[in-house]
Amino acid sequence: MNRLKTTAPITWCPGCGNFEIQNSLEAVLEDLQKEGVPFKKIILVGGIGNHAKIVDYFHINSFSALHGRAIPAAEAIKLADPDTKVICFVGDGDTYAEGLEHLIFAAKRNVDITVVVHNNRTYALATGQFTPTSQKSFKGSTMPYGAKEDPFNPLELMLVSGATYIARGYPVRSQHFRKLLKEAIVHKGFSIIDVLQVCVTYNNLYTIYNKNLEEIEVSDPASFDEALKVIRSWNYDTGERPIAIGKFFEADRPSYEENYSRFKAEKGDRNKMMKDALDRLF
Amino acid sequence: MQHVSVLVGGETGYGVSDAGVMICRLFCRLGYRIYMYNDYPSSVRGGHQFVIVRASTEKVAGHSDQVDVVLAFNQDTLDVHKIRFHNHTVIIYDSEKVRIDGISQPSYGLPLGKILEEEGGKPVLGISCMMGGLCKALNIDWNIFEAMMQKHQTETVKKSLKIAHKGFEMAQTVDSLEVIQQPLLPVLSGNQAITLGLLKAGLQAYVAYPMTPTSPIAELLASLEPDIGIHVVLPESEIAVMMMALGYSYMGVKSAIGTSGGGFSLMVEGLSLAGQAELPVVVVLGQRAGPATGMPTYTAQTDLNFVLHAGHGEFPRFIIAPGDAEEACYWAGVALNKAWKYQIPAFILADKTLCLGLFSFDLSLTAELKEEPPVLWDGQGEYKRYQYTEDGISPLAFPPVEAQVVKTNSYVHDENGITSEDPADARAVADKRFLKEKNLAAELKDFETVKVYNQGKTALLCWGSNKGVCIEIAKKYGLKVIQMLVLSPFPEQALTQALQGIEKIISVECNGKGQLVTLVKQHGFKVDDQILKYDGRPFSLEDLENDVKKVIG
Ligand code: SF4
Ligand SMILES: [Mg+2]
Repeated sequence: MNRLKTTAPITWCPGCGNFEIQNSLEAVLEDLQKEGVPFKKIILVGGIGNHAKIVDYFHINSFSALHGRAIPAAEAIKLADPDTKVICFVGDGDTYAEGLEHLIFAAKRNVDITVVVHNNRTYALATGQFTPTSQKSFKGSTMPYGAKEDPFNPLELMLVSGATYIARGYPVRSQHFRKLLKEAIVHKGFSIIDVLQVCVTYNNLYTIYNKNLEEIEVSDPASFDEALKVIRSWNYDTGERPIAIGKFFEADRPSYEENYSRFKAEKGDRNKMMKDALDRLF
Repeated sequence: MQHVSVLVGGETGYGVSDAGVMICRLFCRLGYRIYMYNDYPSSVRGGHQFVIVRASTEKVAGHSDQVDVVLAFNQDTLDVHKIRFHNHTVIIYDSEKVRIDGISQPSYGLPLGKILEEEGGKPVLGISCMMGGLCKALNIDWNIFEAMMQKHQTETVKKSLKIAHKGFEMAQTVDSLEVIQQPLLPVLSGNQAITLGLLKAGLQAYVAYPMTPTSPIAELLASLEPDIGIHVVLPESEIAVMMMALGYSYMGVKSAIGTSGGGFSLMVEGLSLAGQAELPVVVVLGQRAGPATGMPTYTAQTDLNFVLHAGHGEFPRFIIAPGDAEEACYWAGVALNKAWKYQIPAFILADKTLCLGLFSFDLSLTAELKEEPPVLWDGQGEYKRYQYTEDGISPLAFPPVEAQVVKTNSYVHDENGITSEDPADARAVADKRFLKEKNLAAELKDFETVKVYNQGKTALLCWGSNKGVCIEIAKKYGLKVIQMLVLSPFPEQALTQALQGIEKIISVECNGKGQLVTLVKQHGFKVDDQILKYDGRPFSLEDLENDVKKVIG
C-alpha cells in the first residue's frame, strides 16, 4: 500500500478527472518531500463536493470543511503556523458560487495558500445542476432546456482581486499539470489553479478539451495586461476557440501572514497583562 | 451625601460617553462603586445621547430614573429628561445652547463656546469645563479630580484643567459627596471585562466582523496586539469569522469571536461544523433589539432561544450569561477553558446593557481564573483525532505532528477522522457528543451555575444584565433573587436547590416571550408571573419596582 493513501474507499466514477488530480498531488507531495518539505507540514483543506473526497484519500493532515467555506479555514491555518503548506481543494459550485466572497478576499490578502479548483462546471455530487462556469448550452437537471445564464470568468476576477499566482490546468496533460501544481504550492502568496476536471457523468467535455486546449507560455508572468489578455481569450464557452492552459500570472507581493510577524506569536505573561490593564482602566 | 446619580446629555459624537467615563473614574477615586448606563441612537452625529452614572457605597449594576445632577450640553437634555428631575436636582448647562425657562432647580450656566475660545480649546474640552462645575457642585476635592485628569488626559491635561477650573469657579456647592474609605476600583465595561477574562484564560486569536455592541472587544484587542501574543483578524463576513476561528482551533490556537444576533445568524452554518468536527470556539454574543436591524444600539434578551437551538444537527454547547463585569470576566475565562476541555462551542451570552455599561470592577469578588490545558495526546501509538474514550473526549494533537496525521471532518467520521456513513459510526460520534455534554454538566456542579441573593418566599428569577436591578429591588421588598448564570447544559439540580422554600416565582426578562421561562418549564419548573420589557431599554430601578409592586400586590 502506498504510504500516502488511507483506507478510505475511492468513490469517484471511473474516468473522472479527479483521479488524475489525486495522482498529481501524490507525485508533487513526494517531490516536495525530497526537496525538504516534510509531509507533516502539509495541510489539505477540502470544501464539499466530489472534489473534496480527495482529502480523505491522503494520509496527510486534513480539514474537511463546509461547502464554499474551505478557504477561510485554510487562511487561519496558515496564520496559525506560517511554516505549513496549506492546499485547498474546492469545487466550482463550492468556491465560484457559495464561497466566492472568501476566494476574492483570500486573493486580496494574498495569504500564502494554494487553491485548487476542481472545475467540472457542474454540481456533480448534487447530481448535475449548472454552476457559475457551466457553458450556456449545458442542460443541467435544474436547467433542462439549457443554462439561462452565461458563465463568468473566475480567473479574470482573481487577477483583479490580487491573486499572485494564476494558472489553468488540465490533469489529462499530467506532466504539464504537475508542473503547475508544484509551482502554485511553492509560490509565496495566494495561488489559484483553475483545473479543467472533467465530470464524465454530468458534463463530459473530454472531446472539446482534447481538441481545443493549448499550452501557452506568457512572455512576462508579472504582466497584468498580458495575463488579462490570455485569461480573456476564453470565456468558458464551448466554441472552437483555443482554450489556454498554463501559468498566466505570477507576481511578488508580501503575503498576508508576513504582516503578522510584527506581532509576537508566543503568549506573554497574562497575569502581568491583567494587572497592567486594570491599572490602565483605574 | 453617599450616593448620587448624574445624567449627562448632548448630541451624539460630542463626547457624552467620554464625560460619563470621566465621572465614573472620579467617583471611583472617591471610593464609590459605580454603574453607567449609556443610551445613544444609531448615528455617528446628530442624535441625542445620554448617560446616567450612579455612585453608591455598595456594588451597583442598574440605573435610576431619578437624577441628582444634570450636565446638559443640549436642549434635549432638559426637555427629554425633565421627568427624571426632583426638586433638588442640580443643573449645569451650556448657557450658549440651553434655555432653562421654567426650571426651578438650582442651575449654573457655563458659556462653553466662549470659555473654549478664550483658552483655545477644542470642542471636546467642553466636557472638562462641565466636570469642573460638577466638582464644585458636589464639593469634590480638586486634587482628586486633577490626579484623575493627569492620568487619563496626558496630552491636553494642562489646558483641560484650566478649562475645568473655569467651570469650577462658575458653579456653586450644593451638597458634599463624601469620600468613602474602601478600596478604590478600576472602571470596566462588560466588553472589557469579557476581553480580560478571555486573555487570562489564554486567548490567542480574536476574529470578528464589526457589530454593535461587541466591536469594542476587537478594538481593545487590536490595540493590545503588539504587546501580547494575540492575532486579531477582521475578515469579510461573519461566515468567514466562524470558519477562521475553527481553522485556528484545528491548529491548537485558542480563539474567540464576537458579534450580535444578526452576525451570529451568519455563523450558524460554521457552528454546526464546530459541533460535528469537535472544534472548540467561544462566541461572544452581545444581544440587541431585533428582529433584523431592529434598534442596533438598544438592548434585548431575545436571542436565548436562538443560541440554545442554533445549528442543524444535535451537539452540545456551553452557554453562560454573566450579569456584571466580574461575572463577565470570570465566566468568559471559564467558557474558553471548557470549550477546549470538551471541544465544543461556548457562548458568552451578553447584551448591550452589559457590553457597553460601565462597572466598578472588583477582582477580589471572582474566583481565580487560570488557563486550563486541554486534554492532549500522549504521543503513544497511532494518533486518532476522534479516538473513543470513556469520557467522550478525544485527546488533541495539532499539526505538524511527527509521523502522524490530524484529520478533522465535517462529515460523520471514524476515529481517524475519515468520512463514514456507517450506522455504527454515526451512532458512535453522536453518543460521544452526548457523553461530553453529560460530563460537562457533571463538572459544572462544582460551579455557581445558579446564584441566589437575599432571602424571601417570593423569588425574582433572572438572567444576564437584569441581575443588578433585581438585587436592589429584591432587597427593598424582601424577595429572593435567583440568577441563572449557566443556561446550557441546564443546571437542574442547582435550580432545584435555589428554589427551596420558594412559594412564588416571578421572572424578569428583557424580551416579550419569556424565553427563560420557556427553558425552565421545559425542565419541569413552574413560573408564576412574568415581568417582561421589550422596548430596547433596560429596566431602571423604578421600572422594575413598579412592575414588581403590581405582581406582588
Ligand atoms: S459525478 Fe462527475 S465529478 Fe463526481 S465523481 Fe463522477 S465523474 Fe467525477
Ligand atoms: Mg463542480
